[in-house]
Amino acid sequence: MSALAFIIAGMLAAATPLILAAVGEMVAERTGVLNLGIEGMMALGAAVAFIVVTLTGSHLLGFAAAAVAGALLAMVFALLALGFLANQVAAGLGIGVMGQGLSALVGKEYESRTVRGLPDLHVPGLSDIPFLGRTLFSQDIVVWLTIFGAVAIWVVLNRTRAGLVIRAVGENPHAARAVGFRVIAIRTAALAFGGAMAGIAGAYASTVLTTLWAEGMIAGRGWIAVALVVFGTWRTGRVAFGAVLFGALSLGELALQAAGVPLSSQVLASVPYAVTILMLVVISSDRRRMAQNSVASLGQTYHG
Amino acid sequence: MDDGRGGRGRVTIRLIRRDRASRAWMIAAPAAAMALSVATSLLLFAALGKPAGAALFALLIDPFLTWYDFSEVLMKMSPLLLIAQGLAIGYRANVFNIGAEGQLILGAIAASALPVWYPEATSPLMLPAMLVMGALGGLVWALIAAALRTRFNASEILVTLMLSLIAVQVLNYLLLGPWKDPRGFNFPQSVMFPDAAMLPALLEGTRTNISLLFGLVASVLAWVLMGHSMAGFRLRVGGLAPAAARYAGFSERRAVWLGLAAGGLAAGLAGASEVAGPLGQLQRSVASGYGYAAIIVAYVGGLHPLGIVVSAFVISVIYIGGDAATVSAGLPVAAVEVFQGLLLVFYLMCFAFIRYRVAVVRRAAA
Repeated sequence: MSALAFIIAGMLAAATPLILAAVGEMVAERTGVLNLGIEGMMALGAAVAFIVVTLTGSHLLGFAAAAVAGALLAMVFALLALGFLANQVAAGLGIGVMGQGLSALVGKEYESRTVRGLPDLHVPGLSDIPFLGRTLFSQDIVVWLTIFGAVAIWVVLNRTRAGLVIRAVGENPHAARAVGFRVIAIRTAALAFGGAMAGIAGAYASTVLTTLWAEGMIAGRGWIAVALVVFGTWRTGRVAFGAVLFGALSLGELALQAAGVPLSSQVLASVPYAVTILMLVVISSDRRRMAQNSVASLGQTYHG
Repeated sequence: MDDGRGGRGRVTIRLIRRDRASRAWMIAAPAAAMALSVATSLLLFAALGKPAGAALFALLIDPFLTWYDFSEVLMKMSPLLLIAQGLAIGYRANVFNIGAEGQLILGAIAASALPVWYPEATSPLMLPAMLVMGALGGLVWALIAAALRTRFNASEILVTLMLSLIAVQVLNYLLLGPWKDPRGFNFPQSVMFPDAAMLPALLEGTRTNISLLFGLVASVLAWVLMGHSMAGFRLRVGGLAPAAARYAGFSERRAVWLGLAAGGLAAGLAGASEVAGPLGQLQRSVASGYGYAAIIVAYVGGLHPLGIVVSAFVISVIYIGGDAATVSAGLPVAAVEVFQGLLLVFYLMCFAFIRYRVAVVRRAAA
């Protein structure tokens, strides 16, 4: 397979955990809460899903368990940040450390095992297109569901009353409350959604993308997801696009390595992190655009 | 908690802001957080089928049973105390440097350059030069984030974290390539440092070295800076009331530079002290998570110089106790990480009671 075909075939799968986690975090941030615990929620989701898939053989159960685990961690975050009015940065870090520790704790016995991944779907019509059919459109069911899910979230945020409420709460929680919206309940629901998505993202990473679990396997992808929300200026399409770019980038690294390009693996491993910094710099430096697109109450403690 | 809409004569629990922070809760909050964390982790260990009683004993009592174990607590405390004091200065100004781990690694690398290049050196200037190099290495790594934040508005939270992930790769690159000890049986580690590159012991016969004094001096400096200087006052106002700080003409940029510089210097010096202390060479285990643990130390210490001394000690006890518990109670190494996470989570809950009091509010029917 040529390097290009390799990248096109793999980039959507590599992007899937990033899309899931970043879009989930984006929904939470649109209501005004900054959840920095995504990395820990992905790690816990990855460990829990791996265990469940190993024990039951069912990816459906594994993904469901990971979603529940991620959402539960997010509820602890909600309790801290919304209930006890804690600093959101500190609360997110604490939850993240807890999630990573818990993942290592429960996953210990399952290291160095593997599970079976998911088969690629044959989509009538699409799969028969020359070249693109067996590369771009030859994907497992989670990739397809993730794409549909991202579209659905775009529709909800931009074309429905629920989306309007979410944005109103994020822009001005006091005004939203004054017109009768339940700010805390809406933010809690958004956080639960974001946590579940992060859990599912971890599940995909450990049971489909690599089919093995190891401590620290999320390797900063949760943080990249948080950065992607900034990169995408809180817009669903741009966030997902950024995730696909990252997916292509990670495949490009592998292709370079396979081609024997004389770059040390450490340099290649650093590329996504360096690119994350670069894209933050490029996007954030446009202060006017940031001010227009970012969420007004993001990260602020709301004492209703 | 209350959803804010009220109505229908419901009874709700609300947090009411106190006129003045509760001094009693300032003491009680960390103590309560500690008790809750211990209780929760014991339940967790029991649920995992580990002997909870033995784990508790190992975690909290073992570190005090022998002089050597206690000295190990002080050894762990040195970097944690130093880094947390540096980080807290930034946190109080709302400058969130979460990449102390990377700054520590860069400090360790910069300090190691000298003994790696001059492994036979005997000069008494070796050690001071290493410490300066280490502090500068950490400083530079942190100031990258300060520059990107002030010049390009890039979030220092994400940039410092990404720089930490890159620092680990830089470390790996050096240890697997140019700095690998040619006679080290292919282990990813540098040459052993000469005596001239080693910190003197503080307590005879233990691994506790004079870097503990760096932490204590940093605590005094932090106390003077934050409590008794105009620069500290500007930082604190910037953190508590950004609008007021702007109105008073306190520069936010300066706060970002100063806040990140404090954390970077401290973490870099801590990294230098690790390689010139317990490690005696540059090796992968210098990236042992002190930089992340120090964030928890800083918060659980209430971001207060004195509180941080206490929290650094407590978390060091848990580290050494955790080591003991892996042997005596079969606890996984990750248990310490879980405990640290729990401690911060419970502290943030209890912290609310310093600034708020709980009131049960009965609302009239709408």
